Amino acid sequence: MSAVLALVEHEAGAPAEESLELLTLARELAAAESGPLAAAAFGDEGAGVADALGAYGVEEVHHVTHDGLDAYAPAAWGEGLAQLAAELDAAAVVAPGTDRGQEVLAHVGATMDLPVAANCLDVEVDGAYELTRQRWGGSLMEHARLDAERKLLTAAAHEHPIEEAAEATDPGVASFEPSLEEDHLRVQVERVEESDVEGVPLGEARVVVSGGRGVGGPEDFDQLEELADLLGGAVGSSRAAVNEGWRPHDDQIGLTGAKISPDIYIPCGISGAVQHMVGCKGADNILAINTDPEAAIIGKAEWAVLGDLHEVVPELNEAIREAKDE
Amino acid sequence: MDVLTCIKRVPDTGASIVLTDDQQDIDASNLGFTMSPHEECAIEEAVQQVEAHGGSVTVLTLGPEEATEQLRTGLAMEADDATLLETDGDEWSARATASAIADAVREDDGVAHDLLLFGNESADAANYQVGVRVARELGLPCVAGVKTLDVEDGTATAKREVAGGEEVYEVDLPAVVTVKEGINEPRYASMRAKMQARRTEVAQREPERRDAAGTLEMIQLEAPEEDDSAAEILGEGPDAVSDIVRVLDEEVEVL
Repeated sequence: MSAVLALVEHEAGAPAEESLELLTLARELAAAESGPLAAAAFGDEGAGVADALGAYGVEEVHHVTHDGLDAYAPAAWGEGLAQLAAELDAAAVVAPGTDRGQEVLAHVGATMDLPVAANCLDVEVDGAYELTRQRWGGSLMEHARLDAERKLLTAAAHEHPIEEAAEATDPGVASFEPSLEEDHLRVQVERVEESDVEGVPLGEARVVVSGGRGVGGPEDFDQLEELADLLGGAVGSSRAAVNEGWRPHDDQIGLTGAKISPDIYIPCGISGAVQHMVGCKGADNILAINTDPEAAIIGKAEWAVLGDLHEVVPELNEAIREAKDE
Repeated sequence: MDVLTCIKRVPDTGASIVLTDDQQDIDASNLGFTMSPHEECAIEEAVQQVEAHGGSVTVLTLGPEEATEQLRTGLAMEADDATLLETDGDEWSARATASAIADAVREDDGVAHDLLLFGNESADAANYQVGVRVARELGLPCVAGVKTLDVEDGTATAKREVAGGEEVYEVDLPAVVTVKEGINEPRYASMRAKMQARRTEVAQREPERRDAAGTLEMIQLEAPEEDDSAAEILGEGPDAVSDIVRVLDEEVEVL
């Protein structure tokens, strides 16, 4: 009868997508552990998540608050989560596979001195947890066995469906005040600077057009920009194009860049190395434009056009403009 | 200012990853080795900070003797010293790796590091933990996932990207910072620097392997199923344009 405790990130009380994905996995774990599914939420409006979480089978919401805790503070969140887990005698503490989720669980692992399994896909409970996790950004999977007094793990983002529970719950909200020391609070977000980037952010775009070495230079990205504009999308690039200095690193899609999940991804002049593909595996569809029929990207695309992007894209832009005028 | 940068030797994978027959490792017999792009940027950041503020850069790795190759890459990028915490090549857990690095930092009584830099996560295992665990073991503050770092008067201002902007953190040194690619553009080592790096002595130590109470044990690796169904070829060159428009309009409905 041990609880499974899930860290739920939220924006003004509205749970984040990756946290709802996490709850699909956490609900299975709670059922296997025969314990309640508990959620921990931080921040002023953390109590507000309770309304949204009943549909996902959350039975208890713990709003973690502390006088010194105004903004995101990774060590303090980790400490708070660890103390709450001890109080609930939780069998597992789980977090979404986001920047914050990974960071907070690393702190929980350090505080409890227990291992953390990052970016899990499937988890079977058999006393220990037999799990599959992502390595190499998801281009390789590791089967592993996690055996610890409390199991700590993060769920790989965008790999678990968001599913409501068979039976909705009506979770109550309990406040939890951890005992924190100054050391836990010395790293805290001081302020947030809003970016002045115009247009659709890569991570949220429904259409992403991107270019690689085949584009040949920074000027020819104009054609890709135009295509993206016509489709209401965003422009990305491969690491090769960034290394050439043609595009800023912010545009890079891949293992060490942005992860995208558009309805359609249109890579132009990109060969499709493993490191690039892990950034775009969230795409529903891929339409590749490439001169090389042997390029790896062709094997990973739904549709391909064999040809020079410099010839195809301008005509495509023209055709889309005409189609829109009709 | 003395900066310690920690890196990890990993295979330089190409278009696909091939496993050994026993599925315990990547078949690296035809591969070269490298370090994670995040870590290359961590070395560059260390060198730039020291160029601006004076001091020295030490690059450290825990791994087999062959990892000396990656330390020399760091030296060729203008790091001053290199330390190998030599293992027999087994992969150590994030906890054991962090403890060994913390031990090495504590043993360096002559050198008090002001800044300890890591990559946000390793390219291969991607545990997202070593930097945080080292910080917690040494009682230092840790900022993770940093894309901009400024140091002034013993205070580090670090920024990390979030949806719609950047979070700003301020911490007093000494501190641990884990960085992401994009924080800078790593330099290409000159031939002269590479030659010099080959002559620099690499300090070697035998780390003690200490694990946490629980275990996370790898059973085997598996390459995900490839969707190798061939793409539908819409056509060659501009002749394919009308079919692209049809796909965009009718199949994905983004027009």
